[in-house]
Amino acid sequence: MTQYRLTLYVAGPSARSDEAINNLRRLCETSLPGQYELQVIDVVQQPEAAEKARIFATPTLIKESPEPSCRIIGDLSDTARVRVGLDLQDRAEGGKDSAS
Amino acid sequence: MTSPKPPAGISKRATGIPGFDLISNGGLPSSRTTLVSGSAGSAKTVLAAQFLAAGIQTSKEPGVFVTFEETAADIRANMLGFGWNIESWERDRLWSFVDASPPADAEVVSGSYDFGGLSARIGHAVRSTGAKRVALDSVGAVFSQFADHSAVRRELYRISTLLKSYEVTALLTAERTAEYGEIARMGVEEFVVDNVIILRNNLEDEKRRRTIEILKYRGTTHQKGEFPFTIIPGEGIVVIPISALELKQKSSDMRITSGNATLDEMCGGGFFRDSIVLVSGATGTGKTLTVTEFMAGGVAKGERCLLFAFEESREQLFRNAAGWGIDFARMEREGRLKVICEYPEVAGLEDHFISMREAISRFRPNRIAVDSLSALERVSTTKGFREFVISLTSLMKHQETAGLFTSTTPTLMGGTSVTEAHISTITDSIILLRYVEMFGEMRRGVTVLKMRGSMHDKDIREFTIDGAGMHIGRPFRDVTGILVGNPVHIAPAELERLDHLFREAGGS
Repeated sequence: MTQYRLTLYVAGPSARSDEAINNLRRLCETSLPGQYELQVIDVVQQPEAAEKARIFATPTLIKESPEPSCRIIGDLSDTARVRVGLDLQDRAEGGKDSAS
Repeated sequence: MTSPKPPAGISKRATGIPGFDLISNGGLPSSRTTLVSGSAGSAKTVLAAQFLAAGIQTSKEPGVFVTFEETAADIRANMLGFGWNIESWERDRLWSFVDASPPADAEVVSGSYDFGGLSARIGHAVRSTGAKRVALDSVGAVFSQFADHSAVRRELYRISTLLKSYEVTALLTAERTAEYGEIARMGVEEFVVDNVIILRNNLEDEKRRRTIEILKYRGTTHQKGEFPFTIIPGEGIVVIPISALELKQKSSDMRITSGNATLDEMCGGGFFRDSIVLVSGATGTGKTLTVTEFMAGGVAKGERCLLFAFEESREQLFRNAAGWGIDFARMEREGRLKVICEYPEVAGLEDHFISMREAISRFRPNRIAVDSLSALERVSTTKGFREFVISLTSLMKHQETAGLFTSTTPTLMGGTSVTEAHISTITDSIILLRYVEMFGEMRRGVTVLKMRGSMHDKDIREFTIDGAGMHIGRPFRDVTGILVGNPVHIAPAELERLDHLFREAGGS
């Protein structure tokens, strides 16, 4: 089973940060239950990590694996776009994924 | 610094970029962001990098370079040619990159965003190095990376506010599409409103001419108009601050020899110590001889003499001089003379000026000759040439150096050259050398047309050239029309009649 490694960079506690975290959790729970590791990094607290990952806009979600890696920018409110970025188009919403 | 003091409230940070601090009356406004706008290839990135490099080199001021377009690795490599070893400065914590060039990964946008990541990285870089200077290059790349331009403008405005709160002096570059027209693409100037500098790379008569203009400095002063600049390997941008040079030189009453005793007499006792003399004549009238005697005359008085030759090779010049009994080789060996020969075409006029200025500051001459200015005019635009002459004369006057320039007239008989038309008002004295055709024979005439601040001989005198140089003889008494190139011989009887006429008129 494919394991997803995701890192979400947010800038401090803010409505936009919370929005992004909630949107992402909801999506992962429905589409990738038990198949993902999520790390949330606050760039204000950890600017070196932001520098290393070259984070420009916030929030930024980086899908590190599976390859190819991809960046998704924004509060992740447009679920369809996030699914494109995470390559989840084929999976049915709600985890009723028949192929796996 | 003698430039006018900025009004209280806004101080300036000297950039250390040669010439820039002069045209900006002291540098960039401190703790503010200045927009540098320019078309492609106008040296925006060089200026941004030099702003940091100069700070490190002159006063060990740390700086942060935020790059939106090129990668940090590219910039390190590209700037090595200017002698800026960014990698070693990074090790010494004097230079810090925020690499915000577009990442290689695919990027998808979902919902609203801000530039919190970039702000955090810039803030961290500034705090951890104690940076005083920040350069951001170039903002156009941000607009192509993010589709929502109003969001980009809002976020960039927040970053400029953030920079202000860090009290760093910042320089932000932006693109423009035309050399004259809107200040920058995407309305960048709307959020960095305080200060605007424009870099131009104009094509005039098939020649490139780089200029820098300070368009506005809110609340403080600067020099107005476009100033030419050049980019030199091992140095970077050098601004040539023509009109910013002050005419503060004192005028000298001391006379020096032209190297020819009779010519000295004609000038009322020699040239002035700090004057610029223009010698104009057709090819072969004796301009190079005048230069040679001017140099030899200086050397004989124990002065240091510097000759810039743009028409003849060293060998030719030395052979010519020997032909007039002057030993240039010995003078050079004794360190009294330096001859620098160069083809005008090897460099642009701005580069020629910089290398001449270097030669002058190294050799510290008492007198300088340029043979000929007309040759230099070939490689430049009219405006560029005029600026060059002004810069050179003002440099020479500052150092109280005597100067002799030659200019070649395009026609054999009479006439003026384009060179003269541009520079005659800048020079203090003008000497004309002319061919005079008389009874099927070419003879030569010399006259002092102008001698600022002194009486001078008004005659047109005949001169001859032989193995001992120039011999100035008697005036052409019975010829008129020499200067217009149409000499007409007047019979002695007619002269007498005219003379008589005037005497009668004067007596009544």
